[in-house]
Amino acid sequence: MSRAGWIRVSVVVAAVAAVELLCQGGIITRFTMIPPSEMVVALAGILTSGRLTPAIVRTLRIVGIALAASILVGFVLGALLHALPRVRRTVDPLFATYYAIPIYAFYPLFIVLFGLGDVPIIIIGFLLAVVAMIVSTLNGFDRIPRALLKTARIYRMGRVRTALQVMMPCAAPYIFTGVKLAIAYSFIGVIGAEFIMSGSGMGYEIAFAYNNFDNKVMYPLIMLVLVLVTIINMFLHFWEMILFERRRRG
Amino acid sequence: MVTRSRDIAVLIVVILLIWQGLYQFTGTGLLTAPLDTFARVLRLLGTPNFWPHLHESASAFLRALAIAVGAGLTVGMALGAHRLSGEVAEPILVALYSIPKVTLYPVVLLFFGIGMPAKVVFGAIHGVVPIAIFAMNAVRNLNPIYLKTAQILKLGPWATARKVLLPATLPEIFTGLRVGFSLTLVGTLLGEMFGSQRGLGHLLMAAIGLYRMDTIMAITLLLVIFAITINSILLVVDYRLHRRV
Amino acid sequence: MAKGEAHVTLQGVTRVYPGVAGQQPVHALGPLDLELVKGEFFSVVGPSGCGKSTLLDVLAGLASVTDGAIRFEGVPIHGRVPDGIGVVFQEDASFPWLTVEDNIAFGLRQNSVEAGEVRRRVDHALSLMGLKDFIRAYPAQLSGGMRQRVCIARTLVLEPRLILLDEPFGSLDQQTRLLMGDELLRLWRETESTVLLITHALDEAAMLADRIGVMSARPGRFLEIVETGWPQDRDSRIVARPEFGRITGRLWSHLRVESLKALGQDRPPL
Ligand SMILES: Nc1ncnc2c1ncn2[C@@H]1O[C@H](COP(=O)(O)OP(=O)(O)OP(=O)(O)O)[C@@H](O)[C@H]1O
Ligand SMILES: [Mg+2]
Repeated sequence: MSRAGWIRVSVVVAAVAAVELLCQGGIITRFTMIPPSEMVVALAGILTSGRLTPAIVRTLRIVGIALAASILVGFVLGALLHALPRVRRTVDPLFATYYAIPIYAFYPLFIVLFGLGDVPIIIIGFLLAVVAMIVSTLNGFDRIPRALLKTARIYRMGRVRTALQVMMPCAAPYIFTGVKLAIAYSFIGVIGAEFIMSGSGMGYEIAFAYNNFDNKVMYPLIMLVLVLVTIINMFLHFWEMILFERRRRG
Repeated sequence: MVTRSRDIAVLIVVILLIWQGLYQFTGTGLLTAPLDTFARVLRLLGTPNFWPHLHESASAFLRALAIAVGAGLTVGMALGAHRLSGEVAEPILVALYSIPKVTLYPVVLLFFGIGMPAKVVFGAIHGVVPIAIFAMNAVRNLNPIYLKTAQILKLGPWATARKVLLPATLPEIFTGLRVGFSLTLVGTLLGEMFGSQRGLGHLLMAAIGLYRMDTIMAITLLLVIFAITINSILLVVDYRLHRRV
Repeated sequence: MAKGEAHVTLQGVTRVYPGVAGQQPVHALGPLDLELVKGEFFSVVGPSGCGKSTLLDVLAGLASVTDGAIRFEGVPIHGRVPDGIGVVFQEDASFPWLTVEDNIAFGLRQNSVEAGEVRRRVDHALSLMGLKDFIRAYPAQLSGGMRQRVCIARTLVLEPRLILLDEPFGSLDQQTRLLMGDELLRLWRETESTVLLITHALDEAAMLADRIGVMSARPGRFLEIVETGWPQDRDSRIVARPEFGRITGRLWSHLRVESLKALGQDRPPL
């Protein structure tokens, strides 16, 4: 690992240790926060007891559905819009300002429309993720150098071959970025929606524990979500490095 | 510019048509029609006890924004100027950017108690990260040749900052501010939707309980119009700044 | 030269880029007449922006002519890429996701050439272009000039009858440029293909070509076609000959005025 990497690990460890000390020393009371060491122990207990496994599975399932839908729909829409520049010009302003819209504000609307089940949560996760995927797909196709498309024509490749053998590999890094963003956004959307109002899932369990002053459940769960998402992001980051390493200059 | 305005007009008309279509399709008072919703927004704005909520949200948002901008710029620029610190901090910032920050809200509530401070802090948490990331990259990627040129031209530190550093980094920093603005709004609103007694977010959640679809749609519309309007203005400035470099 | 069978003919070829979104249309090229003789080495020089790459696009069938006609081996080209043409573009067109080897084999595999034959031709091209040590490298790991050599190799393995090159040596140093010129001449003699080389380097044109078309500022037309009269088995050592200086001098006397025009300064300064 690099020097910066070691320092980073030390910084994180020191921060956690500081919190531990503040909690143990009573400067942060138990009503506010339990020590990180206790969080880990409690989390192990929760995970082995299986009490919250249904909630965890449910959240992951909903994220999975929202994610798959957003990647699929986002890619197809992105490719279509790329092929239809006129339509694209018209919807471009929407994309430019999309993430300024507080999507959560639509959640109550969806609850009234679809009830308190999975559907409104899936929609929130999907809506947050899909536009990142569309924009990344468009971006990827935009950045295909003209010389490469001309080369495909010199080889007299048909549309399908050009798409599969030139356009897709060329746009792949950008599409991967889209997938990464979609994963982050669908987690943010789903857990956020569960947290605001729902009857199950990890977000709900956190809110429930908070309302019952049950820090021994709440903190481990928060930790679980943060660690889980961070691990997924790190994994994707390394995978990306390996996939596209040979294509980077330097 | 003309074609662009026309595109935007077409887009708005299409969205309104889809909305109207959905309204007629779903039938019996589930959704409210675009025109009725706009009328409802105007009526809401004329209701005296709507204003305290709006005021609450606005002041929470503005305070959160002030904190996010102040802290984000300071931290970001410092990290950009000191290469090693930047290298250490960047993955942490990126990780913070993509976690579901909503899970931190209970923590914020426990530390600050329900009310204004918690909302402000939660909004600021959302906005501060992108502002810091963009500011860091703006300073870090500053082409050293500009600074050398400033030295050759014998500019003093103040002139260098004002005539070289600021214009060279401003476009990126501004993009960060634009993104930070939106996320701060999202965060503040999220904060109000959970465990808050006042503000637009609270009104929105309260309307579910009362099954007031018209109120829900009117407030949502109001928020969306606000967010889009400000963001569009910021986008235009952003675009102008970037075109210069 | 300029005798023998016509390989490519251009008659009144004109290209106007339509003005998009309220912009003025750009008259980039022509009207322009030219006949390329089978097996000749033709070079095009002209000021920046005069339409050289546009000429290449219409010749290759990548863009259609606004007016006029092009025939390749007697068959009209109109915005369709015919068989038997190879192109090396001005920009880097190597595929960043393929190794050097796979890049070079790309066209052959497209045409379902049998694997042993692919091997043989790719190996030959690799050694010819001095890329033997980089078979498994990716373009990102190569210098600009090496990437351009990959593109040249990728074109040559298909053994095209007409080779169009758009400033292929633009990113090479002068020495390598001269040596690559020698390689190109050798290939040209071996394959008996017709070559059209676009370049901004007057000495390169003077050294390589049988004939040099000097283009005017935009819209590009041929001001003059200079015959070099070099023997077929020439190489870069001809730069030492007195005729070489005469030819480059002649090219420059045209181009100086045209380049000033292209810069928007119609009257030459002193
Ligand atoms: N796609 C296009 N749309 C509009 N105008 C174009 C397009 N491509 C080229 N042009 C215009 O046509 C003219 C000729 O361009 P071209 O690329 O053929 O020049 P060139 O001679 O190859 O220049 P250089 O030596 O710099 O490569 C230029 O004025 C350019 O602005
Ligand atoms: Mg060109």
